[in-house]
Amino acid sequence: MSTAQRPGGGGLLGRLADFFDDRTGYRAILHEALYERVPGGARWRYVWGSTLVFAFLVQVITGLVLWASYSASAQTAWESVYYIQHEMAGGWLLRGIHHFMAQAMVVLLALHLLQVVIDGAYRAPREVNFWLGLVLMMLVLGMALTGYLLPWDQKGYWATRVATNLAGLVPLVGPALQQLVVGGPDYGHHTLTRFFALHAGFLPAGLVVMLVVHLALFRKHGLHAKQPLTRPDAMFWPDQVLKDAVAMLAVMAVVLGVILVPAVRTMLAGGTVVPGELGAELGAPADPSLPYAAARPEWYFLFLFQFLKVFEGWGASGEFLGAIVVPGLVMTVMFLMPILGHWQLGHRFNVAFTFGIVAGAALLTGLALNEDYYALWVDPASLAEAERLDAETEGDAAKLAAAVGGDPAKQAEAERQIKRLRKVRHSRAFLAAARQAKVDAARAVELAGRPERIPPAGMLELVRTDPASQGPRLFAQHCASCHAHVDPTDPAAATALAHSSAANLFGFGSAAWMRGLLDADQVGGPAYFGNTAHKEGDMVSFVTGDLADADTWSQEDIAAVVAAMAAEAGLPEPDVGREVVARGRDLVSSGERCGACHAFGDNGTDLGSAPDLNGWGGREWIVGIITDPTHARFYGDSNDRMPRFGVSDEGESPALTASEIGIVADWLRGQWYRAATH
Amino acid sequence: MQGHDPAVDEQGARRGFLSKVMALAAGGLATLAPAGAGVWVLLDPLRRKSAAASFLRVTEIEAIPDDGVPRQFPIVTDRVDAWTGFPAEPVGAVYLRREKGSDVVQALSATCPHAGCFVEMEPAEHCFRCPCHNSSFTLDGGIVAPSPSPRPMDELECRIGHGGAVEVKWQNFFTGIAEKVARP
Ligand code: FES
Repeated sequence: MSTAQRPGGGGLLGRLADFFDDRTGYRAILHEALYERVPGGARWRYVWGSTLVFAFLVQVITGLVLWASYSASAQTAWESVYYIQHEMAGGWLLRGIHHFMAQAMVVLLALHLLQVVIDGAYRAPREVNFWLGLVLMMLVLGMALTGYLLPWDQKGYWATRVATNLAGLVPLVGPALQQLVVGGPDYGHHTLTRFFALHAGFLPAGLVVMLVVHLALFRKHGLHAKQPLTRPDAMFWPDQVLKDAVAMLAVMAVVLGVILVPAVRTMLAGGTVVPGELGAELGAPADPSLPYAAARPEWYFLFLFQFLKVFEGWGASGEFLGAIVVPGLVMTVMFLMPILGHWQLGHRFNVAFTFGIVAGAALLTGLALNEDYYALWVDPASLAEAERLDAETEGDAAKLAAAVGGDPAKQAEAERQIKRLRKVRHSRAFLAAARQAKVDAARAVELAGRPERIPPAGMLELVRTDPASQGPRLFAQHCASCHAHVDPTDPAAATALAHSSAANLFGFGSAAWMRGLLDADQVGGPAYFGNTAHKEGDMVSFVTGDLADADTWSQEDIAAVVAAMAAEAGLPEPDVGREVVARGRDLVSSGERCGACHAFGDNGTDLGSAPDLNGWGGREWIVGIITDPTHARFYGDSNDRMPRFGVSDEGESPALTASEIGIVADWLRGQWYRAATH
Repeated sequence: MQGHDPAVDEQGARRGFLSKVMALAAGGLATLAPAGAGVWVLLDPLRRKSAAASFLRVTEIEAIPDDGVPRQFPIVTDRVDAWTGFPAEPVGAVYLRREKGSDVVQALSATCPHAGCFVEMEPAEHCFRCPCHNSSFTLDGGIVAPSPSPRPMDELECRIGHGGAVEVKWQNFFTGIAEKVARP
C-alpha cells in the first residue's frame, strides 16, 4: 500500500498519524466512540449524562490543582484554604468553580435520574446500568459530603459532626463505623486525612471504575430513545456532541455566573472587588468550644436535615428512623425500579414515586428555609400584641385565658399568635448566628493577613486570643450581667443603662468617659455610679459638690484633669498640649484636690481609700481591677459586688484566665489588629 | 446515509462540518475556565520571592576563638512559610572563623555549592567535607581538587556591629555553577 492511499495522506502529520494508527488502531477506537447511532436524531433531553461526565472532569481538574495547595490537618486545613482563597493568584476562581460545580453536579444528577425514570430507560436490558447509576449517585453525594469538611471551618465542622453522629446510629456497627470515619474517638487530624482520602482518593477512584462500566454498558445497549421517533437517525458525532457541548458550556456559564455576578454588582455600585470574597465561602476556623447556631448542611442535604425534625421527640430511635431507615427504604425502592418497571403499572408507580420524592424534598427544603428565614417575612409590628401577651402570661394557659377575658376563640387566636412569635424568635436567633458567622469569618481572614502571619499552632489560637472577636463574647458572658457597654449617644442607650447595675464601660479610658465621670449630672446616673453602692459615696458627693463649684474648680481645671487621666490610659486622643496634661497631673496628685483620696505620682496618698490613679485606664490597670477589685489599689473593702475574676477561691480555678482578662482589657481599650485598608 | 441529490449532500456535509467546529468550540470554551484557573493557580509560586537578604545577628565576636578553626553557628530569624509565620527559628547555619589576633570574621555558608547538601567540618583532617558527593574544602572555604563542586564554599558578607555583635548577610546562592550568583 503506498502512503498516498493511507487515510492520513502524504503529509508529515498524516504520516505520523498513520504510524500511530498502525500501532494502536486509534482510528477505529475513535470511530467507534464517535459514530454511535442516535435513533430519532440528537435531542436536548439526552444531554444530562454528558454534562455529568463534564462536571466530573471539571472537578478532577480543579480538584487536582486544589490538592496541590491543600494541607489536611487540623492546624493547616483552614489555613491552606485561606491561602488558596485569599492569597494565591486565581485561587478564588479555582475554588469557586470546584465548589459550585459540585452543587451543579447534584442538580444534574437529579435531572439525569428524572429523565431516565420518566423515559423508562431502566427497563431490560438496562437494569444493571440503572443500578450502577444509583451507585454513582451515592458516590457523588459522598464526595459532596466529605468535601464540605475539608476547609475545616465552622460550618463544615459542625455539619460533619452531625452527619457522623448520625452514622453512629446504625445498629450494632454504628459506633465503630463512626469511629472509623472520624479516625478516632475525637475530631482532628485524622478526621481530615481520612475525609480527604475519601474525597480525593477512594470515592473518585470508585467513581471512575463505575463510570467506565456505566458508559461501556450504555454503549453496549445503545441510547434509549424516547418514542416516538419523529426525525431520522443521526450520529452521535457531531450532532449529539454539539448539543452536549452547548449544554456543558451552559453549565459552566452558570457556575461562572454565580462566582462573578457579585463582582459585577460591586463594580456597578462603584465598589472595589476583593477577589478573595468571590466564589466559595470560607467560614471562621472550626472551634469545638464555640457554639455555632448557624450550622446547616449544604442546601441539597437540607431536606434530610428537615426530615429529621419530623421525628423530633422520638429520641434516638426517631433519628435512626429518619436518618437511616427511611432513606434506606427510599434507596431500596429505587433499586427495585427496573424490576417493578416490567409492568406498565410499575413504571407509572416509579415515575410517581420519583416525582413524590422530588416534591417531598422540595417541600422539606422549603420548610427548612422558612423556619430559618421566617422573621424576614413577618412584619414585626404584627407581633406587638403577641409579645405583650407572652410577657404577661409567661406561657401559662390559665393566665392567657384570663388575659383575653375567658373567650376561647380569642384564646386560640392568641395562642396561635404566640406560637408565631416563637417561630419568629427562633428564626431571629438563626439569622443573628448567621450574621455573627459572617463577622467571625471576615475577622479571621483579616487576622490571617497580619504581617506576622498565622502562628505555627494555627489560626484558632489567633482567633481565640483576638480581642475584637473574643472581647465581646467574654464581656457578654462575665461582665454584661452588671456592666453596660453602650455608646451613650446611641438612642437605645437609656434602656441598656437602666438594666445595668454598674458603670457603662463603653469608651472606658477615653477623655469622653472621664469627662462624664466628672460631670455632676452624670456621675450619679446609671452610666457611672447611679446603680451601685457608690451612689452615696465620696466620689459622687465630691463631683456634685466641690467639683461643681466654679470658684474651686474652673472649667480649665476639669479639662486638664480629663487630659491627664486620658494620658494615663494612653488611648489615641486629639492632642491638647503637654502643658495642659502637666497641669492636670499636678491637680490630680495635689493633696488638696484628687490626691486627697487617690494615690497619684509621688503624692504619697495611701492606697485603699480610693482607686490608684497611676496608669488609670491602661491595660495593666484594667487587668488589675478585673483580676481583683478588692485589692487595695482599687476598691479594697468598699468593693461593690464585683467578683475577683482572676483570683481562685478555695482551690477553684479563677473565672477568667490571665489571657482572657488581657483580652477583655484590650477589647475595652479598642486595641486589636486592624488591616491597613480598614 | 446515501444521498442522491448532490446539492443536499453538500449542504449536509457543510452543516456537519459547521456542527463539528461548533461542538469543538463549545466544548473547548467550557473546559477553558477550569483549565485556565488551574494553570493560573499552579503558576502562583512564580510570584513568590524569598525574604530580602539582610544582615542578621549571629553571635558575639568573643564566641569565635581566634585560632583559625571555623565554628558552626545557627542562623536564627523570623521565617514565613506560605501562611505560617515562625518567629525566631533556625533557618540554616554558617561557619565563622577568625585568624589569630584578628577581629575580622570570615563567614562561610554551610550550604554546599555543588547541590546544596550541608557541608560538615572534619576536625581530624582540618578541612570541610560534604557528605553527599565528597567535595572537600580548606578551612577558609577554598576548593580542594578534584572536586564535584564547581566553586569554593560561598562566603557571606559579615560585619561587626555594636558591642561586638557578629552580623551576617544571610543569602542563598544558585548551586552547581562556577559563578556565585545570589538567588533572588
Ligand atoms: S552536594 Fe556537596 S558534594 Fe554534592
